Amino acid sequence: MWILDAIFSLPVLVVGLAILGYVAATARAHATAGSNFGTLAAQPRAHGTNAFFSVLIPAVGSFAALSLVRSIGLRQGVETLSVRSIFWLVLSVAAIGCIDAILRSSAGFRARVASEAWIKSLLIAASAIAILTTIGILWSMLFEATQFFRQYDWRDFLFSTDWAPNFRGNSALGILPLLWGTLYVSFIALAFAVPVGLFAAIYLSEYAGQRMRSVAKPMIEILAGIPTIVYGLFALITVGPLLRDHFAQPLGLGDSASSVMTAGLVMGIMLIPFVSSLSDDIINSVPQAMRDGSLALGATRSETIRNVVIPAALPGIVGAILLAAGRAIGETMIVVLGAGAAARLSLNPFEAMTTITVKIVSQLTGDTEFASPETLVAFALGLTLFVLTLGLNVLALVIVRKYREHYE
Amino acid sequence: MTARSHSLLVQDARTRRRNAAEARFRVYGLGAISVAALALVVLLSSVVSSGIGAFRQTYITLEISLPEAKLDKSGTRDPEVMAKVTTFGYAPLLQDALLRTMEQSGITTSLSAADVGKIISKEAAATLRDHVLANPDLIGGSVTLDVLAEGRIDGYFKGRVTLESAALDANTSPEALRIAQGLADAGVIETRLNRRFLTAPDASDQRPEAAGLGVAILGSLYMMLVVLVLALPIGVATSIYLEEFAPRNRLSDLVEVNISNLAAVPSIVFGILGLAIFINFAGLRQSSPLVGGLVLTLMTLPTIIISSRAALKSVPPLIRDAALAVGASRMQAVFHHVLPLAAPGILTGTIIGLAQALGETAPLLLIGMVAFVRDYPAAYTDEAGLFAEAATALPVQVFNWTQRADPGFVERASGAIITLLVFLLAMNAAAILLRRRFERRW
Repeated sequence: MWILDAIFSLPVLVVGLAILGYVAATARAHATAGSNFGTLAAQPRAHGTNAFFSVLIPAVGSFAALSLVRSIGLRQGVETLSVRSIFWLVLSVAAIGCIDAILRSSAGFRARVASEAWIKSLLIAASAIAILTTIGILWSMLFEATQFFRQYDWRDFLFSTDWAPNFRGNSALGILPLLWGTLYVSFIALAFAVPVGLFAAIYLSEYAGQRMRSVAKPMIEILAGIPTIVYGLFALITVGPLLRDHFAQPLGLGDSASSVMTAGLVMGIMLIPFVSSLSDDIINSVPQAMRDGSLALGATRSETIRNVVIPAALPGIVGAILLAAGRAIGETMIVVLGAGAAARLSLNPFEAMTTITVKIVSQLTGDTEFASPETLVAFALGLTLFVLTLGLNVLALVIVRKYREHYE
Repeated sequence: MTARSHSLLVQDARTRRRNAAEARFRVYGLGAISVAALALVVLLSSVVSSGIGAFRQTYITLEISLPEAKLDKSGTRDPEVMAKVTTFGYAPLLQDALLRTMEQSGITTSLSAADVGKIISKEAAATLRDHVLANPDLIGGSVTLDVLAEGRIDGYFKGRVTLESAALDANTSPEALRIAQGLADAGVIETRLNRRFLTAPDASDQRPEAAGLGVAILGSLYMMLVVLVLALPIGVATSIYLEEFAPRNRLSDLVEVNISNLAAVPSIVFGILGLAIFINFAGLRQSSPLVGGLVLTLMTLPTIIISSRAALKSVPPLIRDAALAVGASRMQAVFHHVLPLAAPGILTGTIIGLAQALGETAPLLLIGMVAFVRDYPAAYTDEAGLFAEAATALPVQVFNWTQRADPGFVERASGAIITLLVFLLAMNAAAILLRRRFERRW
């Protein structure tokens, strides 16, 4: 009986109806036109396409909506809709669409307009996915984070300097040590990446010849294409031991290979292309006339850059740095492999510290029970991270936009 | 006027200072570029030098006798009965074979037979068992088989383990290395190309020599398929709507700001989304390539949308106008004329988005793809569905191996990185070729 099962499965039936609609509507349009195509407002093919979409899109849409209702119901423990009722409801939606489209396929029906309206609805649905993603992110984190704050005081979370999760309960879950580690690592990364990236961008856009540019630019772009796990491994097997053996131990600052310095430096390398390509765009958008004016007054090129180009590009560069900071705060693999796992509030850059992202990973991997505050805290951390990076991005975009208006 | 040299050929102090500052500034710029270049070179060479060893592997060629009394007491050659002999039953056979080979080569040792047996990988017994179960006729005779050498022995032939470091290592001894060297001189131990690295599944903590990338590559491949099938149409549809149809109003502004913000959301946040929505709410399976693919789709969508929009924007309005002038609808103008012209740019952006997704690790950690998986995942099974069997992915496998104690796994992790980088290089090269070949300047 598997053939019957297959025939009566929902996708096959709906697609079958759609094809039936296509054939029937095309045939009907042909029939009404007779030998004279001129009487038709649209080509028969357009009638067929319209019928096809009239079956498919409402059926898929209703299936998605009904399934959502069912799964929400099941989460609350009630079966609002049975599988069987979804089957019949979707099938009847498809059948109604099919019959309706066939009946409409008369000479005067503007089928092309109708079928294109269906296509447009698909395009709009695709665009809605971006919004749905944001809603999904916010909803999932807010939902679980409120669960967390029901079990754990938000003041302790935000203002406690103690991070000591304990899966038997009675944990201290203060975000401050994690926030400190995150900011410290990001600061070192930016302190390395901003001068290097900025000078590289200045040199490439103001000094370098065609040949130099054609070599150096792709090289910096390669750095941008390397996955962060590669940087993480680099921190773990090369940079960490190197810093420990040649700096931390001789200076008596610690003997851990994973440290804020390790993660910060490697993250700095990762950010170089980010800073340099953004700055490059911004420096290039400073009008040539301003440079020419300065050079004509006798300033050297470096004086022109320092006194004219950079001040003019400053808002854009600040925006770029903020975007890079957002990147640094949200970076995960480099800190997981390079920074360490101990939550600590310390100024020593050669000590292992931990970050928000590291703790999200460590609280959510492995077999965890979803109701405990030790697991749920990851969602509160995620929410903090999201708010931080979103704030930085919005700020950066506002600054960059303001700046663009200046010179366009 | 003060006394100043007025010769044009002699620089005064101030000019000298300014020129020096100019030269310094140039040096800073060059220095910055050199720092970036140096970082790239050190990064790649450190990964390659520590990982290239993973593509070579040390094997021991042994003639192993297979006594019927131990492997098939019933004498029926029934695979089900024979399967009752576990790998523990096979390990002594390998040990005996090794001792015999040493005798033939004239190598004597003070080590106990059990310690000599440790030269052979723990994986070898399983290899032998599988081989015998597949060929029951071998029982009673003997078989010549290449089996894996233990990780430290392998490391010794690659220069990772030395006699000095072995003296400090509880898992091996200088004496064992000396035996191995003797066997290598006799041609019994050989280091050669390691094809298994790309095909074998992961192995447990104590046998880095057996670990491979097979499951990870398969998992990554499945996820890339999901991303391609979902992200390309959705991304293209979104960019067509935003670029060609969306009215300029608050709502489409919102969508645009939203997309540029999504592009900057930390990737780990998408992992949280996947965990909460796809696994906890929708009930999809943990560690499955389907969930991984969905998460990566959402993550790469902004990249694809941004590049597709740029590609659509670069098609001159003349094309649209010409199509509209001969009676095409706006939809027809877009789908019949603009989209084909923008296709190379869209594909280039898609490949770059896929490359980004291939290297992404953090979100996959949260949806359980760090699990230890030894079985090749099937693309489709009746009870689980499409892409639902547990798998790992290339970058996650790297992370997984870095978390293991045995130093042999560092080599494996770096080798996996080399594999990943080769894939990325191929994808980016394809994107560049595509751009070179089809890009049109209007």
